[in-house]
Amino acid sequence: MSTFDWVTQLLYVAAATCFVLGLHLMNSPATARRGNQVSTAGMALAIATTLALVIHAGTVTATGWIVMITGALIGAGAGLYAARTVEMTAMPQLVSLFNAVGGGAAALVAINDYVKLASSGVAESVTITTILDVLIGAVTFSGSIIAAGKLQGFINSAPITFPGSRVANTAAALVAVGGGIYMIVTPSVPVLIVIILAALAFGVTMVIPIGGADMPVVISLLNAFTGTAVAMAGFVIGNWALIIAGALVGASGSILTKLMADAMNRSLANIMIGGFGTGDTGPAVEGPGGDVRSIQADDAAIQLAYAQKVIIVPGYGLAAAQAQHQVADLAALLEERGAEVSYAIHPVAGRMPGHMNVLLAEANVPYPQLKEMDEINPEFARTDVALVIGANDVTNPAARRPGTAISGMPILDVDQAKSIIVIKRSMGHGYAGIDNELYVNPKTSMFFADAKSALTELTSAVKTLVG
Amino acid sequence: MTAPLLTDITIFVLALLVGFEVISKVPATLHTPLMSAANSIHGIVLAGAMIIAVTANNALGYILAFVAAAFAAMNVVGGYVVTGRMLKMFRRVRAPVAAGNPPAAVSGNGQAPGQGAGGRP
Repeated sequence: MSTFDWVTQLLYVAAATCFVLGLHLMNSPATARRGNQVSTAGMALAIATTLALVIHAGTVTATGWIVMITGALIGAGAGLYAARTVEMTAMPQLVSLFNAVGGGAAALVAINDYVKLASSGVAESVTITTILDVLIGAVTFSGSIIAAGKLQGFINSAPITFPGSRVANTAAALVAVGGGIYMIVTPSVPVLIVIILAALAFGVTMVIPIGGADMPVVISLLNAFTGTAVAMAGFVIGNWALIIAGALVGASGSILTKLMADAMNRSLANIMIGGFGTGDTGPAVEGPGGDVRSIQADDAAIQLAYAQKVIIVPGYGLAAAQAQHQVADLAALLEERGAEVSYAIHPVAGRMPGHMNVLLAEANVPYPQLKEMDEINPEFARTDVALVIGANDVTNPAARRPGTAISGMPILDVDQAKSIIVIKRSMGHGYAGIDNELYVNPKTSMFFADAKSALTELTSAVKTLVG
Repeated sequence: MTAPLLTDITIFVLALLVGFEVISKVPATLHTPLMSAANSIHGIVLAGAMIIAVTANNALGYILAFVAAAFAAMNVVGGYVVTGRMLKMFRRVRAPVAAGNPPAAVSGNGQAPGQGAGGRP
């Protein structure tokens, strides 16, 4: 190894160290920003090192430079624009989009390498990592674009199944894997193209049947895929920085996938097969019937104004109604009155892991008020008012009994609060498609209204009351 | 199986284990920024995209280099910027501005108290 090789390898190790440290610093909101800065520094170092490597190689043609630099500038500009302008509610789409381009780029790295080597013979180990990279990268690319489209509303976010969709999905998988095995025996560029197309088709047919509320799992899974694809690209070109960074992302995505699936008490296979209501776990068991009590803003305001301890339970409905700022205003008012206010956040409250926390942080809610499920559940029993806004299935006590579509799903123990106010537009069902037994609880009052206007009304009612 | 491949596999497995260890300590509150940060880290694929250019000498090579560089640069730049933007919003105490302001103004004003609380939780 020349001195130059030594130095570049050591710089890559330094960059990888920065990535690990950066992720480590994310263990607390107080240090997370520094973590991101450390990680950014590591990335700048890795890119600068690669630039030195490329210059040192001395074989890049003038066209090569122009192509590389314009490509990078255009990409960087697009990324910068998207990152600066994206609404926090649209974060899942953006993350999906970045998964797509990351996975796509990783696949292209391997494709390029393979096309170069194909004429002179390819070692088996290179073929295997190339196939893995191309397969995972292409699936991530098309799957993430579909996921982003569903989240953005370009594609119907409901589970879409069409006759033969399962068959198409299986066929695509078989073609991709079969092609891969063929390539190990006989290197072939045309077969590689077939594999790419099959993998792209597989990505589409994999994500299309998955419903909107399962998106936290899908995005996490695709994130893990992207990481793995990048690591495989590292294997192909023999670059440790890519291997380490890819493995870190793979680990992160896998952990989040498991956490999200656990939070819905569903296996990954069950989620990938399709949304609720497509299986036989329909509402077989009827919950205990009962009357629904409806209240107006004034009555709800009285309860809130004299409560010592209030827990707000936000769900995706809150974000969909863009009412984060209104809920933060109401919470601030109650706090000024001396009440203790916190937020109970279910792991799958948004459209990606931790989404609701970001939405509330944006609305100026201090992070110590954002409580995780395990932390907040024991507190409901000594809570005066639990205010449920746009959350449904995650508050349904039916999950504690066997025989319902959500049985066994960890829920927020909202029904243990002394009184419960639910802001909801109608008695409509949540994603699981079953009645919420919380709504017929004698302690529950239903405030039927749009989240945004309801919260504005509540805030002004509390103000008049105590003014 | 070759010696370099074995080394690569060793590095991959160890990095995976380090990743599990470090990431399992991230609180649920930060899961979105975590995923976004992970997203920016896989932007390292830009290094791979740049290396394509080393051997590119025909139309196909140039197209691949161009698309890969554009994709990867979008990934890395966008990822870090948006992660930073999100983390800036996490404050220990309420920022001294009225809630309901446009996000840009809120995060701008919130910068000072955010850093003040940056020492210890």
